Amino acid sequence: MIRDNFKVLVIDLSTRKGDVVKMEGRNTEAGGSGLAAKLFQKYGHTDKPWDDPLQPLIFTIGPLTGYFPLMSKTVYAFKSPYHNQYTESHAGGRSALSLRFADYDGIVITGKASSPSCIYVGSRHLEVKDVHYLWGTDIQTSGKVLRKMFKGAGHRSILRIGPAGENRSAMACVNVDTYRHFGRLGGGGAMGAKNLKAVVIQGDVSFASPPDKRYPKLFQEVYKLLTSTEMMSKYHNLGTAGNVAVLNDLKALPWRNLKQTSDAEVTGITGEKFAEDALLRNVACSGCPVGCIHIGFVREKFMEENHYLYRQVSYDHEPIFATGSMLGVTSNFDVLGIIDAVEKMGLDVMSAGGALAWATEAFEKGMITESDTLIPLAFGDSEAYKVAVRHLGMGTNEFYRALGLGTLQAAKRYGGEDFACVLGQEMAGYATGEVFFTSQSLGFRHSHLDAAGYSYDQRKNERDTGKVVEFLIRDEQERVFLTSMVACLFARGVYTKELLAECLRSVGYVELAGNIESVSNNIQKLRWQVRLKTGFDPSKVRIPKRFYEVKNWHGPIDKDFFDELRRRYQEAILRLAQEDIIP
Amino acid sequence: MTYYILVHLLYLVQQARVCYIIKLNYELLKGIPVEILTAPRMERCIGCHSCSLACARLVHKRLSWDEAGIRIHTSGGLSTGFEAKTCLACNPAPCAAVCPTGAFSQRKGGGVVVRKRLCIRCGECAKACPVDAVYLDPSQEPFVCIHCGRCVSFCPHDCLEMVASPGGQVNEGVEKEVKNDTG
Ligand code: SF4
Ligand code: SF4
Ligand code: SF4
Repeated sequence: MIRDNFKVLVIDLSTRKGDVVKMEGRNTEAGGSGLAAKLFQKYGHTDKPWDDPLQPLIFTIGPLTGYFPLMSKTVYAFKSPYHNQYTESHAGGRSALSLRFADYDGIVITGKASSPSCIYVGSRHLEVKDVHYLWGTDIQTSGKVLRKMFKGAGHRSILRIGPAGENRSAMACVNVDTYRHFGRLGGGGAMGAKNLKAVVIQGDVSFASPPDKRYPKLFQEVYKLLTSTEMMSKYHNLGTAGNVAVLNDLKALPWRNLKQTSDAEVTGITGEKFAEDALLRNVACSGCPVGCIHIGFVREKFMEENHYLYRQVSYDHEPIFATGSMLGVTSNFDVLGIIDAVEKMGLDVMSAGGALAWATEAFEKGMITESDTLIPLAFGDSEAYKVAVRHLGMGTNEFYRALGLGTLQAAKRYGGEDFACVLGQEMAGYATGEVFFTSQSLGFRHSHLDAAGYSYDQRKNERDTGKVVEFLIRDEQERVFLTSMVACLFARGVYTKELLAECLRSVGYVELAGNIESVSNNIQKLRWQVRLKTGFDPSKVRIPKRFYEVKNWHGPIDKDFFDELRRRYQEAILRLAQEDIIP
Repeated sequence: MTYYILVHLLYLVQQARVCYIIKLNYELLKGIPVEILTAPRMERCIGCHSCSLACARLVHKRLSWDEAGIRIHTSGGLSTGFEAKTCLACNPAPCAAVCPTGAFSQRKGGGVVVRKRLCIRCGECAKACPVDAVYLDPSQEPFVCIHCGRCVSFCPHDCLEMVASPGGQVNEGVEKEVKNDTG
């Protein structure tokens, strides 16, 4: 192990100075999600709004980061512009290993810079630099300049926001190393509110390998499991994009603002189709041999005759669903074109897709007009969507600024709440049924990754709400330990509790290895306590009518079962948050 | 007296066995070409750093993506792909030629044999290398590939390969285990 406590760099943007803080808690909060919640308790302000300069932005890694494969993610915690409550977002790229080799377990950013700024941090370096000339630049341009400004290509991570983040949009993401994102719940807006355009983390220090002889052997074993044919075929081959056809066949792929769950036109946007025509190559997060990131391309004719340019764009199931089926766009290159536009603005692709899907239906129904949308919206019209994405990122007019606060917020004002596909935030790409809808709408991050609700819907036809709630709570608890390590959740099948204990032991965290069950239970409670203190009330989460109208392979949604399940899950969350943390 | 003869005889038998084993190994190794690490298929690279991390872990006993014989960099952003910084196995090796203490010495078949305890941290090897294959840590300790091949199996895309060096005759893959006290 590098240390048995936490070393955290606390940077105050107002003074442009940092402080290195040592904190106890390795055996109780572990790292990642646990450490982030602990840091929010110390530096966060539950009673102040998300954009108060005092609110912290928190980045954390875990005790296994860098030591084992797929321990490749960073947790970003902040008070969200989307719901003004505490939340987390996760991303990989090179962020986790850069933070590890910058020798910090966490970075906390408080205050507000007097001008657009960039933080540059390494193990022997801290600088808050004025970058007013980058304000207004899109993700590609700022990336190019930042790469030139700071040395260390390949061994550093560049986190940056686009215009959406600068405009404090609740749908703005933080782009990580071009192809990854702290996507959801407006983390980019939280950075923008601090006048913080970018964070560059230089991983420039090394550590002794663990002295325990078991470590290299265990590494090899874990590596083998993670590069097994099954893992590779699931995440490397077609990648998550392989789900598009599967879900469509199941009648569980949201189409045209969830008016349908299946469409024969899916053939243009399946993972197979992308692989055939548009896949250039795969890339990986640092420390991950799986390489699930699929890179496609867009090619644009910018001048007659035959003057073309091209750009590389990463794709996955979620972006394909959000800009493809959800918007009725059925050609893979059109999908990549919209994703590219979303990337430039620094928007979260799932939120942007969901928002524009609602806007299109509202436009169809005459609730909003062209004076609001500035361009007529119609399902399938990818060129119009590219323009609309730009307006959404720039916050061009009142309508787009309202939409950037969240689809339900806009719907409250313009009408159309019934068909706003929002489950805590814009839905993820699974119309699998009651368990998933419950899981996303009430889950801690309102993410499809909070618990495996979507696969539960597919595997079981359980009608006993008690059993389902037990599963959701249990699954969240297991995941919260993984996100405290911080593992990529694609590795969840390999990193069992027993294996994690072995890994922790081999690098010297013996006490933590022995207490995984109680520690994960405590972190789960802690996260909910912090979230509830910042205003979350599970009983206030409403489900728009559209979700009750869904029909998939199970048949129609069972309203009674769904409502009962939600009620019981709400109770379970409240119970959990009221429980004491047992030392 | 008998006891003394017996012990002596046993000792001789032991020695003979050791000599025989050495001879056998030598016979086995003779004629096997020296191998060197190459990175012939970097266009397949996904930038996972598994190779660097494996070299650091297994050869240098470090947790690092720098202190390794191979390091992965981007050439101007992720969209342009990856390149590997690793030793080309020069023969003669300019880095060994400038080394004032013999910490870097010529390896048969190309590259260098490293003796860390002789290194005085002058950093001359790094300056001499035409491809920036020698990494100097903050204390100027040099890290370079010793062509052992341990990283190869960790590359998920088969970018790396051990190949026979054009000039070598004796497999130093074994010799290096003895000489390279890489720390
Ligand atoms: S370290 Fe550089 S100079 Fe030395 S042998 Fe390798 S490539 Fe040649
Ligand atoms: S061949 Fe050996 S020394 Fe060279 S990079 Fe690979 S593991 Fe390191
Ligand atoms: S292990 Fe292979 S794919 Fe991974 S960084 Fe090294 S050369 Fe590239």
